Amino acid sequence: MKVVKIKEDNCVYCHLCEVACIVEHSQSKDIIKAFKREERPIARCSVEFNYPVSLSVMCRHCDDAPCMEACQNGSMHRDERGYVVVNPDTCVGCWMCIMACPYGVIKRDTRREIWGLSTKCDLCPDREIPACVEACPNEALTFEEL
Amino acid sequence: MIIDKNATILYYLLPKFFKEAEKVEWMKNLKEYVPPSFVVERDDYRCIRCKACVEQCSFGATFYDEDEDKVWNWNAKCVGCNRCAAICPTEAITVKRADPTYRYNHNWNTHIDGLKKRAIFGGTPVVSMGNDKPYPIYWDHMLLNASQVTNPSIDPLREPMELKTFLGRKPAKVEVSDSGLKTRLAPQLELEIPIMFAAMSYGALSYNVIESLGRAAQYMGTYYNSGEGGLNKDHYKFKGNIIVQVASGRFGVHKDYLDVGSAIEIKIGQGAKPGIGGHLPGEKVSETISETRMMPKGSDALSPAPHHDVYSIEDLRQLIYALKEATEYKKPVAVKIAAVHNVAAIASGVARAGADIVVIDGFKGGTGASPQVIRDNIGLPLEVALAVVDERLRSEGIRQDVSIVASGGIRNSMDVVKAIALGADAVYIGTAALIAIGCTMCQQCHTGKCAWGISTQDPHLSKRVNPDIASKRLINLLEVWALEIKETMGAMGINSIESLRGNRLNLRGVGLNEKELEILGILPAGE
Repeated sequence: MKVVKIKEDNCVYCHLCEVACIVEHSQSKDIIKAFKREERPIARCSVEFNYPVSLSVMCRHCDDAPCMEACQNGSMHRDERGYVVVNPDTCVGCWMCIMACPYGVIKRDTRREIWGLSTKCDLCPDREIPACVEACPNEALTFEEL
Repeated sequence: MIIDKNATILYYLLPKFFKEAEKVEWMKNLKEYVPPSFVVERDDYRCIRCKACVEQCSFGATFYDEDEDKVWNWNAKCVGCNRCAAICPTEAITVKRADPTYRYNHNWNTHIDGLKKRAIFGGTPVVSMGNDKPYPIYWDHMLLNASQVTNPSIDPLREPMELKTFLGRKPAKVEVSDSGLKTRLAPQLELEIPIMFAAMSYGALSYNVIESLGRAAQYMGTYYNSGEGGLNKDHYKFKGNIIVQVASGRFGVHKDYLDVGSAIEIKIGQGAKPGIGGHLPGEKVSETISETRMMPKGSDALSPAPHHDVYSIEDLRQLIYALKEATEYKKPVAVKIAAVHNVAAIASGVARAGADIVVIDGFKGGTGASPQVIRDNIGLPLEVALAVVDERLRSEGIRQDVSIVASGGIRNSMDVVKAIALGADAVYIGTAALIAIGCTMCQQCHTGKCAWGISTQDPHLSKRVNPDIASKRLINLLEVWALEIKETMGAMGINSIESLRGNRLNLRGVGLNEKELEILGILPAGE
């Protein structure tokens, strides 16, 4: 199973991983349209900074994922690739996964009218290499075998 | 726009009559307009307010205004390093040179800012990188030969081609007995390609850059020079590919340091600032630098102008032999001199003083910090210095006693070929290597704020150089240059770099006057 490895020694705090994530999860997948014309999706990764350390954090797709255990109706599940993903059709927005996540990488998407939606890294199912890894200008994110 | 007073005070060498308190008071009351050198243009349609450029600008020239939801620039602070343009995901940014705001005057336009700065700050501006004035570039006035019909050219992709170079004292004659070589050879440096990385200290450059240079040198079978700033313990792993430098400041020189080096270089002068010692502004002296250099954190590292134990060629001989003695005569000792008016006589003296290698540093060589007047006005072009030194050593019959390394302003592989044809054994590249890593020549090395993470000690900025990527780029550069050198040698019908060395018949001058041709020792085109 391939995962995104984070190399904080190389992170330059440019936030391009976040930008790429937003574009990848937008409707048009066009950077300008995604930011200016459409409803902007939430970035699944976030760059943390505490001088001089900076690093991009996204879902670690844990083997013993606490979010999966916390989920009351199995919306947080492991897909056929082995990655932890949310089923948006069944997620009720109880945020228990957020409470359980030790990395704080699950975001609240409150734009749905009825109830919220847990949003997290899905490792770009449509792509061979996740968008954040491809966008990183300094190889601080790499997509490698575990 | 009002200049950034606090930021600029650091980059000026203030005269002594300014006491510290006066200096601060003086700067506080300054209000002066300095026109910006660059204008940052941002396409508002393409700008997505991702603020990547805001984070990347280490000079404080870019900022985000929340009320307006707009990214703005202080153009006066922009140094034209293009980091923002490079990182912008939508290509919204263009950095342009600002049009001169003064009425056109050929004599004065380029001097107005300099005059104002001196008057405002009461100090001489410190600058970095090499001489940026439009002096003639002799490399571009020399053309190389190629074989046609009467002698065959060689194809380096199909036939063997030799770039291996040995630096060090060669015997005048070789005696051979039945059991092998009878003559005892002096220690030699073995280079797979005749290109080495010039002396750039840890302090001037960030840890990651030194790491990249070391890895590339190790991979390519060549050497990188530690510069005068000593050697971080972590970089001892590059033993076998390091030339260690002993300069007038003697920073970080001790037994282990000398032992790690494959050769020792005594730095007498530097092309960018002949006649003065190294400068490392205090803001670049971080914790690790102070440890490596064995000096207090945050203090300016200003090396003395001369070595205070070298006031003559005889003294130099003593230093050379002291270093040889310390390393049991196992390592060649190089002496680096800046190209100055009497460079030929000086090089001859250096050779007679016992140096194994003499490094000639031309006035276009780079620096981490140098007073502007010195960088821009002192020295000789490398091409001329190289030609006269080689000629002088040959005519005195001591050329075999020293290898010549050309340094300072080697921009491409053809400069390497031309330098070798003029008589150099190998070359040093410094600026070219930094450009390969990412440098855009914005000339702000002395500020320690390098936005490309190269000439900075800020741990956050220096992360911008990833040694994995940078060392690959350096290796690519050297491999491509090696191929280009082989191609040109092949075209000339030469299959070994030895046959090119000092082979000035393969050079022809264009657009040079008779005296210049005579000094360079080459024929005019067509003759």
